[in-house]
Amino acid sequence: MGQDILEITINSVKLILIFLMMVQAVPILVWLERRGSAFIQNRFGPNRVGPLGLVQLLADAVKFLTKEDFAPDKAVRSLFYAAPVFALIPATLAYAAIPMSTPISIAAFEAFGSTWGPYLFRVQGYEIGVGIVFILGVSSLAAYTILMAGWGSGSKFSLLGALRASAQVISYELALGLSIVGVIMMYGTFNLSEMIQAQQGPFQFSAFGYTIASTVDWIPNWGIFYQPIGFILFFAAAFAESNRLPFDLAEGEAELVAGFHTEYGGFKMLMFFIGEYGHMMIAAGLATTFFFGGYGIPGITAQELQQVIVGWGYADQTANILNAVLHFLMYNVKFAIFLWIFIHVRWTLPRFRYDQLMDLGWKTMLPWALANTILTAIVIYVVAA
Amino acid sequence: MTSAATSMPIGGIIFLAIFIAIFGTGLIFLARAIGGQRKNNSAAKRDVYECGIPGQEKKESKVSVKFYLTAILFILFDIEIIFMYPWAISFRDFISSGMGTPVLISMGVFVAVFIYGLWWEVKSRALEWD
Repeated sequence: MGQDILEITINSVKLILIFLMMVQAVPILVWLERRGSAFIQNRFGPNRVGPLGLVQLLADAVKFLTKEDFAPDKAVRSLFYAAPVFALIPATLAYAAIPMSTPISIAAFEAFGSTWGPYLFRVQGYEIGVGIVFILGVSSLAAYTILMAGWGSGSKFSLLGALRASAQVISYELALGLSIVGVIMMYGTFNLSEMIQAQQGPFQFSAFGYTIASTVDWIPNWGIFYQPIGFILFFAAAFAESNRLPFDLAEGEAELVAGFHTEYGGFKMLMFFIGEYGHMMIAAGLATTFFFGGYGIPGITAQELQQVIVGWGYADQTANILNAVLHFLMYNVKFAIFLWIFIHVRWTLPRFRYDQLMDLGWKTMLPWALANTILTAIVIYVVAA
Repeated sequence: MTSAATSMPIGGIIFLAIFIAIFGTGLIFLARAIGGQRKNNSAAKRDVYECGIPGQEKKESKVSVKFYLTAILFILFDIEIIFMYPWAISFRDFISSGMGTPVLISMGVFVAVFIYGLWWEVKSRALEWD
């Protein structure tokens, strides 16, 4: 985690901050979801508690806290109580591996009679060489949480919901995993930071020995232009992975009451919520990173922006931090757009039937992802020849 | 960037996982302490959810074998997809070192087996839900 006590402390604080950021993003997203759905359905939504109803979720959290803690007699209590805690872990571990801005380098300095640094702090929880493999592996552990909750509740509705949800999650994981093989082939790396580096600068690529470049600066070199099919497949599979409509078969209210969290209430329910929204955030962050240049700002690379800020009369150190702040804002704009798409789609499309869902995953998206992989391989082969 | 390609911060991952586990457990205990227990503790309350009639289920509920089949198929196909990852990451390097054609052909053979497997699975009605 670092060489000395300062670096270890800052990295640990960073990890905790990322977790808390995810937790506090959930009330905002829930508020956005309720106000957004109300807007879409021509209603008002929560608007009484605080300005625009913004404090509503704080009131909800207090209400959750004062709820009686309850476990049914038939529940397997260890699994029943462990499941909501474990629901938080996979989402956060995966999200912490997504880079959110340019690294901040701190030059060596003297303090307390010794030399500290130089340091390089990344605006992400931890940098992982095999980032994609790690994120896919860790976030798919969520299937265990669902099964723990479903089996531990001792209720047939929970069990059926859990089985459905886990079968759905693992089925779409195939399409998800295969849809980004093309992306990996494009960039030749598993590392998310290197992928973002490759997407910096204006649109350009070389084919048959020629270099084709866009004539204007502001068209970025984003992955979406090279992998449009991959993006559509990835994003659709991500909806299924995070159990969102139109794929929220796990909690089809009309047939399964509430799916795997039928028996849960109060804070335990809230923790499942945080996990679900966490998976949404991973999907939004990954879509941004793979296909939309991550934290990159269209029209200007990180190095160029650094020069521009230095040109405003700031020292290198300050310019570096300002640069990181600007890129962080850009990342959050893209991230927020994807989160809004998640919410918009939820209140636009109706739910699938279960057999249609499985057919879509296995018989449509898997072959298309395979076709995309083969196509990408052949194009790379022909173009590079 | 070269050091980034191999880094695996085990310490950070374990730290975060343990922190969340403690945080979550703390939340559950906090909610338990604040929420308290209501006076009503009848058997009907402690029963699992059922719509309008007394609870009907046994612990060992029977579930469709279809889910097991799906899980097995998932493992088979997921392993095949995982085999594609190292190939995908080094495909460009192989092309630039002049090995493009044999690597593409060998992957073509692998994908053909994959497609045959998928076709066989669809044909044997392993994916029909009825």
